[in-house]
Amino acid sequence: MDRMLYIGMSAAKENMLAHGINSNNLANVSTTGFRADLEQFRSMPVFGPGLPTRAYAMAERPGIDFTAGPLESTGRDLDVAIQDQGWLVVEDENGQPAYTRAGRLDITAEGFLVNGSGYRVLGNGGPIAIPPAESVFVSSDGNVSIKPAGQQGAALALVDRLYLVNPPKQELEKGRDGLIRRKDGVLDPIDLNVKVQSGALEKSNVSPVEAMVKMIEISRSYELNVKVMSTAEEVDQSSSSLMSLS
Amino acid sequence: MDRALWVSKTGLEVQQTRMAVISNNLANVSTNGYKKGRGIFEDLIYQNVRQPGGQTSEETILPSGLMMGSGVRTVATEKLHTQGNFISTNNNFDLAIVGKGYLQIDMPDGSIAYTRDGSFRLNQNGQLVTASGYLVNPGITIPQDAQSITISRDGVVSVKLPNVVGENQVGNLQLADFINPTGLEPIGENLFLETVASGAPQVGVPGADGLGRLMQGQLESSNVNVAEELVNMIETQRAYEMNSRSISATDGMLRYISQNL
Repeated sequence: MDRMLYIGMSAAKENMLAHGINSNNLANVSTTGFRADLEQFRSMPVFGPGLPTRAYAMAERPGIDFTAGPLESTGRDLDVAIQDQGWLVVEDENGQPAYTRAGRLDITAEGFLVNGSGYRVLGNGGPIAIPPAESVFVSSDGNVSIKPAGQQGAALALVDRLYLVNPPKQELEKGRDGLIRRKDGVLDPIDLNVKVQSGALEKSNVSPVEAMVKMIEISRSYELNVKVMSTAEEVDQSSSSLMSLS
Repeated sequence: MDRALWVSKTGLEVQQTRMAVISNNLANVSTNGYKKGRGIFEDLIYQNVRQPGGQTSEETILPSGLMMGSGVRTVATEKLHTQGNFISTNNNFDLAIVGKGYLQIDMPDGSIAYTRDGSFRLNQNGQLVTASGYLVNPGITIPQDAQSITISRDGVVSVKLPNVVGENQVGNLQLADFINPTGLEPIGENLFLETVASGAPQVGVPGADGLGRLMQGQLESSNVNVAEELVNMIETQRAYEMNSRSISATDGMLRYISQNL
């Protein structure tokens, strides 16, 4: 039997994986601050004796699409979106710093600033704690200030500054919880050039059109690979009928 | 079966939830003191199909692995406690809160609920009650022969009695505030309950300690923005269509292989 069947099979299987990644992007088309995953195929040549004809396909997620998503104005003081590039730093489940773009912030009953997933947001001096306040403001450079409760005409009091970073993109990877981390695990220094926009949220950067086109492409490529498999079957059938002693 | 099917299914579910939230907002576009809701979505965990950094030989490592996301989920539906518009009604028993804070309502089960809807009235005993008949806390009783009622900005309720010079104070309204109003639990009837997430209520005199002031003869309308909701609806509908298209594409792929092999 010809091993051409396996070439088609591996490619169809990898197409299915790529379709899974693409479907995940489409499913997250309205997730705040979501970064699309890219998928690509790599050829894995496995040359044996004879002609070098065997190159299997392998799908992989080489990285993440880091383009900024569109901003949606919400008018809520504690919604912050990062302009262009940069990241908010939050404390993950293990207390380690991780990066995110989802800036839908809230204040917990203990007074900590958390994002929509409940991760504590880090400032210059660890997790940011907000004292009782009438209102909270986030300036474009990330300074968090409050109007203290119960003081008529009091000036805004600076509480802390959001820890904003902008590491080189090739250093970043997405973790299993969807948070972004540096591959080497270190925490970047504060980047003073990162600007935030208060009263807005960043939407998902998945381009629906691109994802739909990719879906068509993956579907057709899948069909071609299935065709290779059925052709391999036909070739086998004709060779067996040729050989059969009737 | 294939994971793409299930991933797209989570996408459909989320858009369905979002549609329900939008519909609820639109349905409550003229409810006094209503606070609009919104869904919060989060990507589900990622699965490592091939670990990046795995050894491909003694000297080389895999530069990038294969990580597959498993879809999206609704983390929460939260209320946005922004100020709504004021409607002037000139009704003496209508109150609007300008700024932060909630009016306290005694529930029949003894607990206290909180509301921004200040459309009060009197019951048969002359007590100040909500539209559903729940007593306002602290309780205010208006004498039967009262000629007029005045509620000041800092919550003092006074009435004019016949043959009496000057106003008679019959009680003080108070406001409660929370560190995290988003954490309040909506229970319908324009009421909210305290939760662990909202923190304990801080009760005070209106206008003091950062609390809002009371405005008699005004009502706070719903803070739903119709244009915003309609745009959200279009977006939700299209996202739903695209996810269902992804399901039919997966279906097509699976059908193709089962028919052609």
